[in-house]
Amino acid sequence: MIWALLLTPTIGGLAAMVLRPNWPRRALLLLAAAAHTGLVMACWKVRPTPIVDGWMAIDAVGLLFLSITSVLFLAAAVYAVGYLVRESHASSDDAEEELPFVNFPEAVFTGCLLLFLGTMTLVTVSRHLGLMWVGVEATTLASAPLIYFHRHHRSLEATWKYLLVCSVGIALALLGNFFVAVAARSAGGSAAHLTIDSLIAHAGALNPLWLKAAFLLFLVGYGAKMGLAPLHTWLPDAHSEAPSVVSALLSGALLNCAFLAILRTHTLLFAAGLAAFSSDLLVLLGLVSMAVAAVFIIGQADFKRMLAYSSVEHMGILSLGIGIGGAATFGAMLHTANHSLTKAMLFLAAGNILALYRTKSTTRVRGLLHALPITGVLWLVGFLAIVGSPPFGPFLSELTILKGAIDAGRPLVATAYLLTLAIVFVGMATIVLRMAYGSPPSSLRAGRLSDAHATCREPLWSVLPAISLGLVVLTLGVYVPPQLSDLLHRAAIALGAN
Amino acid sequence: MNVWLDTLLVLLILTNLHMLGSSRITACIRTVACQAVLLAAISLLAQPDGIGLRLLLLAAVTTTIKAGILPWLLQRAVREVGVQTEVEPIVGFTTSLLLGLGLLGAALHVAGRLPLPNDAGTSFLVAVALFTMMVGLLLIVSRRKAVMQTLGYLAMENGIYAFGLAFAIEEPLLVEMGVLLDVFVAVFVMGIAIHHISREFDHIDTDRLAALKD
Repeated sequence: MIWALLLTPTIGGLAAMVLRPNWPRRALLLLAAAAHTGLVMACWKVRPTPIVDGWMAIDAVGLLFLSITSVLFLAAAVYAVGYLVRESHASSDDAEEELPFVNFPEAVFTGCLLLFLGTMTLVTVSRHLGLMWVGVEATTLASAPLIYFHRHHRSLEATWKYLLVCSVGIALALLGNFFVAVAARSAGGSAAHLTIDSLIAHAGALNPLWLKAAFLLFLVGYGAKMGLAPLHTWLPDAHSEAPSVVSALLSGALLNCAFLAILRTHTLLFAAGLAAFSSDLLVLLGLVSMAVAAVFIIGQADFKRMLAYSSVEHMGILSLGIGIGGAATFGAMLHTANHSLTKAMLFLAAGNILALYRTKSTTRVRGLLHALPITGVLWLVGFLAIVGSPPFGPFLSELTILKGAIDAGRPLVATAYLLTLAIVFVGMATIVLRMAYGSPPSSLRAGRLSDAHATCREPLWSVLPAISLGLVVLTLGVYVPPQLSDLLHRAAIALGAN
Repeated sequence: MNVWLDTLLVLLILTNLHMLGSSRITACIRTVACQAVLLAAISLLAQPDGIGLRLLLLAAVTTTIKAGILPWLLQRAVREVGVQTEVEPIVGFTTSLLLGLGLLGAALHVAGRLPLPNDAGTSFLVAVALFTMMVGLLLIVSRRKAVMQTLGYLAMENGIYAFGLAFAIEEPLLVEMGVLLDVFVAVFVMGIAIHHISREFDHIDTDRLAALKD
């Protein structure tokens, strides 16, 4: 079962690289995505048996992250097929500087998309620190070509930054792995294997000093990849320059994978009785990330960068929730799902906006509701959801985290949390509302807007994935299904909440 | 055995200093390749309980990739790009060397104080491992050319590998191979990126990649 989960996207990806004709390749993308989602569904019914001596298994936390990744990928795959059809002409003009550029070969793009899914699956099913490291680094490498889909100098710059920052960060995490091994060595005996289960079983005997140092390295290494400030520098660049469908995956799925890696090590410290150390660091980095994001969201001139900073903010919220513990852990788990779905929906909508207006400038996009009625509504709904307004999912999870902070007796943290949320709300509202209302620019009305009928401007493939994601977010806000709630509880208990 | 090991470690320190002081990119690539060979030799010498088949295999694969394929890839990239020297690094060569000596002192100091588990290797090996890592990081932040930054990444990776050797950390073969594969693909992808950067910009100075900012 786990092998099937891993091999479906990997083999699909390799096949897509060599498949010449376009349409079979696009069908393969959809097929592999659907098959992956089907397999994940089956995992909900019957929990698969661990493989390779328990190195790979699906536990509650892993299943949650795997499901989010899989659902997002399916939505992104549908969008990507339409996107690739539209982008299939040989060369196009750069939206920002009117420079001509060519796209990356579509076969490589599709192949890397599927390999990206495969590597993310590897991260979620790993129960071995070394194997997880291999997975996280592999996600970087599989996604780097995706960011460089539009071959021009800005995307190249973003790709280079992404590669270097994440690779160096993750190299530090490898050192963290070794530190854990040293900590286990000083414990002596059977804890020498880096499987999470055996480490937790022997957690009391691990050398605390080495373990603390290891956590610091993990936090810096995987935190760089997760986008925690001040290590987030690659994130806005990569998210704004990548095609929107890739940004959706980066933000909704990739950041989660790095978060999962931090969660695993946090569990380890928790088991070793060092939770106070790691929790404080997580709360601190969480608050810093939220504050930095809030500063950069105000007056942001590029709407994809705005979404990217919003991701930094939400990664901060997740880190904060885990750091606080208790009910907030449950909230953070729920928020992981909510944020991923909402952010992916926003990025897909942003892709539609970019396609029509051909600019990422927040000031030059006006009259969205008029020019793109469906996307405009999605953009507004997504905005309301992401800033945590009822009745959407993020409201519920952010409220749970707030409650957790107050229950834990940390009023200062709760105040700072609410304050940054308010700042982000105002900052995003100013930008989003200005984009949605008003009348479209005159050049647009004379040109692209007049010659195409409304339904042609918004074909089904471009809005359906975002609509479905939006519906799920709305549902999660009013009703959390018992299976999901059960899973979230088990995940929270595994992370040390009671 | 200890004399041999110490000699190799001193050689490793010298390779690091050479990278800090050299402006010629091809020379630096060769130096990183030398590091990989030295590390393979150290991995064979540092084992307390003899050389097994697994160890030999790993050493052979590591040497082939890190001292054979990767340097070849990078040399090719440098030839295509036509950039032979790091002209004006952000931190000058003399300053880099002095910093390097400082880092060496720091590494020796830290390694002497680390609480070593009783059956681990010498603290000198730990010090050299830390030093190699720090030199790698220093190269990444202080050099302009993308190739030099890639070399810094490789040196850092070598240092981490040496750290693993110092503590005789036996990761399972699957993981070791995975790590090696990742490093290989990382450098491969960076090589491709360097090629594209040079074609797009006619230079590979990463500090001039500054279009994206807030």
